[in-house]
Parts: sequence; structure tokens; C-alpha cells
Amino acid sequence: MKMKLGTMAVAAVMAASPVMADLVFPSLSYRTGPYAAGGIPFADGYADYMNLLNARDGGIGGVMTNVLECETGYNTEKGVECYESTKGQGALVYQPLSTGITYQLIPKATADGIPIHSMGYGRTSAANGDVFSNVFNYPANYWNGASGAINYLMSQGDIAGKKIALVYHNSAYGKEPIRTLEELAKKHGFELTLLPVDHPGQEQKSQWLQIRREKPDNVIMYGWGVMNQVAVQEAANIRYPMEDFIGIWWSGSENDVLPAGDAADGYKALTFHGVGNDFPVFADIQKYVVDAGNAAGAGDQIGTVLYNRGLYAAMLAAEAAKTAQEIHGTGDITPAMMRDGMEALEITEAKMTALGLPGFGPEFNVSCENHGGPGLIGMTQWDASAKTWSLINDFAASDMDVIQPLIDEDSAAYASENNIASSCN
Amino acid sequence: MPTDLLYGAEVVLNGLMAGVLYALVALGFVLIYKASGIFNYAQGVMALFAALTLVGIMEGQVPFSHLINAAFGTDIHHFGWHVPAFAAILLTLAVMVGFAYLVQRFVFRHLVGQEPIILFMATIGLAYFLEGVGDLMWGSEIKKMAVGLPQGGSLWVEENTQWLGFGNEDFYGFFIDKLDMVATVIAVVLVLALVAFSQYTKQGRAMRAVADDHQAALSVGVSLNFIWILVWSLAGFVALVAGIMWGAKSGVQFSLSLIALKALPVLMLGGFTSIPGAIVGGLIIGVGEKLFEFSFGPMLGGATENWFAYVLALVFLVFRPQGLFGEKIIERV
Repeated sequence: MKMKLGTMAVAAVMAASPVMADLVFPSLSYRTGPYAAGGIPFADGYADYMNLLNARDGGIGGVMTNVLECETGYNTEKGVECYESTKGQGALVYQPLSTGITYQLIPKATADGIPIHSMGYGRTSAANGDVFSNVFNYPANYWNGASGAINYLMSQGDIAGKKIALVYHNSAYGKEPIRTLEELAKKHGFELTLLPVDHPGQEQKSQWLQIRREKPDNVIMYGWGVMNQVAVQEAANIRYPMEDFIGIWWSGSENDVLPAGDAADGYKALTFHGVGNDFPVFADIQKYVVDAGNAAGAGDQIGTVLYNRGLYAAMLAAEAAKTAQEIHGTGDITPAMMRDGMEALEITEAKMTALGLPGFGPEFNVSCENHGGPGLIGMTQWDASAKTWSLINDFAASDMDVIQPLIDEDSAAYASENNIASSCN
Repeated sequence: MPTDLLYGAEVVLNGLMAGVLYALVALGFVLIYKASGIFNYAQGVMALFAALTLVGIMEGQVPFSHLINAAFGTDIHHFGWHVPAFAAILLTLAVMVGFAYLVQRFVFRHLVGQEPIILFMATIGLAYFLEGVGDLMWGSEIKKMAVGLPQGGSLWVEENTQWLGFGNEDFYGFFIDKLDMVATVIAVVLVLALVAFSQYTKQGRAMRAVADDHQAALSVGVSLNFIWILVWSLAGFVALVAGIMWGAKSGVQFSLSLIALKALPVLMLGGFTSIPGAIVGGLIIGVGEKLFEFSFGPMLGGATENWFAYVLALVFLVFRPQGLFGEKIIERV
């Protein structure tokens, strides 16, 4: 009888207390199709970090996380379907993981009041939070990347009068840095050559024959998928110096250099986060996620560049959720509260160290006006014999004197086309 | 000789080499279409599957390891051995013959006499099925095609053509990729072997008989089932060669299936039923698109190759719908 009464009392207390729903983080992944090699590690990193928080910390602020994975195949239509099918399940923030999907989701998510985090991709001018209230692209965007590459080259010597070629994916994504590079070419006096490569980029003989003829001092690449691997191989074929060849962060993973073998040694890539697995958080992932048999996917991507990017995205989402919980005094946050948390996000070195990620990314603050962060860019280099990427230049500022007017111009045009009023005043 | 002319000649040479690679893909389409009237949408995926299988066998990868590990809680990925390239190619060929048998046994045997559009739809389904099976069997990561093919520009060609510039420092000698040179030799041998097979062997003649009139061939005792398996096996072999060559350029990855896009204008131009047509079509497309990009690309903003190949093919279609070497179909009423 005593047992029965006790059970009834516990049941009554449980029934009376508010139900804590999971914190839902959709992951629009692509584990299949032509771009799966890039999509799998990112999705694994994102899921593993959220699993780590559940296993080690009991979730975020005492509320468990739930990663809702939806397969897009890197296809814009499927990405929109994923958004529509998951938004009603309490989705707090979307990582579209595709510039095309991001463009489609910007008006939808804004209307639905759900924030988007397009980290290092998407619409660059979304950095203007005054226009894009629900879109965040911190800590860096494509234009920061272009400027970061030029700043790095300037740190190596004078670039006035030099020839720089941009080999780019002939798509909205690939064309993103052109305007910035043209402005920087005017400012610093270098000659810019544009070399578009049509999708998917398996045949680039014409572009690399032109590079062989014109001998640019540096080549910058904005590529994706098979275009990257072919470009690195073609550069090796014409014996273009790899140390003069710089890829954007979407052209700088292990996938892009391993097929070329030793010939890819010295190739460089921009980054906005750390590389390798020499960070304390990886010991926790091993202990709480891998050893517990909960590693995402095959568990064989840990520490790769794109895995680290997924992990970094998850960490930033979790920190924004914590900030939102602190602002609103509740663990059970809504998408609108999550947006507030993202807008008030502060990433400090002390915070990164406490998370087991010392020096993994730059320090930055987000504000209502600035959803893009400071745009600090680092440089990595591939060591083909050790099969590792190393950070060879620390996160450094990009040229906001050139970039900010471009952001203002593009976002003002968007605001005018869509009758968007200022959201910060 | 003016430098531009020399570089134009270099572009033509490289266009010819690129055309050979396109033709390698187109050949597989031609073989199947010629013998069965099926436009095989899965040809690009067959090249991917063959390349994945080859690398998987060479590296001693356990097929379906992710599935096995998930189902049984094991952690196996490799057998622990490495198979030499030649042996792995033979084993892959055996897999492609097995695939041909299964395709015939479970798909096309049940579709004999159906409309061409039905057969085409079946190959679409086959393409997606094979892509999924390839993913499950060998995983999605990008793999290196290490069968010992040479890579990089030929120094010998470069050094021995520099004199053409007559001291002009802007001319560095012709660039020709060693891999493209090997591909050219292989393509020539492949075409000669296929032509010899179809002209001088019993099975080859039977294949041609089926291509001409499969009912007449049946009436004289030719087994349609056997011929279709043979043709799909040959197409599998051609897919393996194309997969090796393209895989050596970009690594073995799922984008390999998209090489089929490069074969379509070649087929439109060369005709769907001619093996020499696939080669000549490939060469014309390769040279045409490279030369157009070299001459007009800078004025048009570049990236002209993809669309120009189709424009070129369309122009041929207007004047010769059956393609350069295709059979003219005359229907009498």
C-alpha cells in the first residue's frame, strides 16, 4: 500500500511539472549524391557535438538536444522540402548547408520567425542584421574570404602589378567574390583574371592551359565538389606552384587534395576555424560519443576539416541557445528566443577554452546590425606526406573598408525590393 | 610562328585528347543502343560503380561494411590485403559481367517487346538503384585511383616542341597530359578490338544480327538473352575503362556518374549506332569546344564549353538527324 501511494505521489508530481521538450536542431545534410563526400563529415560533426552535450552535460541548460537530420542530396528543392517538413517540430535554427537552399529559405524562415545560420556560405549581405533580421552568417563570409586571401598575399610581399587569377564555379556561389576582388584589384593595383568553370567541373583543361600561358602569380579558387579535385590535379599537371594556389574554405578539405597525392603538397586554403584534432573536446567526443557507440555515420571523419566545421557550427548553435536561455530565463526556448540568443552571442577565448576548443576560432560578438561577425580569416596548408592541414597564418582581419560598402549596397537593394523596414531601430 | 597560332595548335591537341575521353563514355551508350535499342541512362553510373568496385577490391575493402557493422555491431572495414591492379581489374570485370547477367535476368528479360520509352525508364531506375548499391557497398568518400597510370604534363613533349617558338620566350612548348596520351592509346585499342570482335567472331556476328533485326536473329537460333548479357558486359567493360580514366583525373567519387553529360553531344553528333561515330563525334566535340573557348571564351565571359558542345551537336542534328555515322531510318507507308 505504501509502495502504491509513493508511486502515485511521484506520478502526480511529474504530471504537475511543465513538460520539457527537446531543443530541436535540424540538420539539412547530404549523405548521398555527388557531394556526399563533403556533406557526411559536416553532418557527423554537427550530430556528434550535440550528442556530446547530451551525454556529458545533460543537454543545454538541462534540456536535451535533438538533431533532426533530413537528407537534401545538396538539392535546393529537397532542401526546401526538408525545411517545410521539420519546421513544425520545434526547429530552433536551420543550417541549410547550401547557398542555393539558403537563398530559398531566407524569406520563408524570416516569415516563420525561425533563424538561419549560414556559416561561411549563403547570401553574404545577410551580415547586415538591420535588413536580414533572421539570417546570421558569422563568423565569416565569402567576401571576407576574398579579402583574407589578398591580405595574406600582401603579407608575403607587394602585390601591385601582379597577376591574380580567380578560378571559380560558374554559379551564384562561385561568382560571389568577383565584386570584392575587383574592388581590391583597384585598391591594390593587381591584375585580376576571371576563369569560370562550368558545373560540375570534371573538365578544366581550357582554364589550366590559359593559366599555363598567362602564368599568374597566384590562383584563388572558389570551387566545390569534383571541381576542387580536378583543379588541384590540373595545377599539378602544369606544374603550377602549389604554394601560390589558394582555395576558399569550401575548396580546402582532405577530399580536395588526397586524390592528387604528393602533387598537392603545399596547396593552401582559407579557413575561419581550427584544423586537426589536437583540441581537448576530441577526447570528450571519444569518451562520451564514440566509445558509447553513438558516433554519427561511420565514425571515421573525426578531426577532418569538414567534420570540424560541422562541430564548430553545432558549438555556435549551442552557445546561442545557452545565451537565449539566459536572456529569457527558461530552458525551453522558442525559435524567436533562439534568434535573440544568436544576436547576443559573444564568443571569447575563455569560453572556447572552457569548451575544450582553445584557439579553434576567432573571438567575436554578434549584434543587431552585424550578423556576420568580424570576418577574421586564417590560412591553412596541406602537408601531403603527413596528410594533414596546418594553420600557417592566424585569424586576421579582412578589409571591411571595401566589404562593408558592398554589404550595405546589396542589402539595401534587397530591402528595397522586398519592402523591408529597419529591424534595429 | 606566331605564339597565338602555336597555342591554338596546343588547344587543338588537347581538345583531341579530351574528345577521346568523351568518346570512351559514349562508346558504352552506343554498344547497348546498337544491340537493343535501349538508351542506357545508367551508363555514367556504371562507370562510377565499376571504378568504385575496382578501388574497393584493390584496397581490400569489405563490401557493405557499414551495413554489416550497423546490423551486427562489428567494426570491420578491410580484409587486410591489397590486390594488384591487374588482378583487381579482372575481378571488377567479373563483377560487371555478373551485373550484366542480373540486369538481363531481372529487368530486361521481362521487358522484351516493350516501347523504347519503357526500356529507357527502366534504365533510369537502374541508374538510381546502382548508385545506391555502390554507396552501400563501398561508401561515399573520395578514393584515389592508383592503378599506376602516369599523371602530369609530358616533359618530353614540352622540351621537344619548344623550338617551334623560334626563341619566343612566351612559348613554353606544347602541354600534353600523359594520362590523356594513355587514354588515347587505350581508346584506339578498344575500338579496334570492338570492331574486330563484331566483324570476325561468331558472337560478334550474332550481336550484329540482333542489332539489325532481332526477330530474324531469333529465327536462326541466336539467343537474345545471351546477346544482351554479352552487350551489357561489353558496356560494363567500356564503363570500367572510362571509370579508370576519369577516376584518375578527379579521384573516384559520385560525381563520376555525371560524365554521361559529356557523352550526350558526342552521341548526337556521331550517331547512336556507330562505334567509329562515337570516336569521331568525341574528337569533333573535344576540339570544337576547346577551340571555341580559346577563341571566343574571353569575349563571352568564359565557361562556354558545356553549352557550345550541345550547340554544335544541335547544328549537326538539324542537317543530319541520325548523326554523322548513324543509320538513316526510312519508314515506308
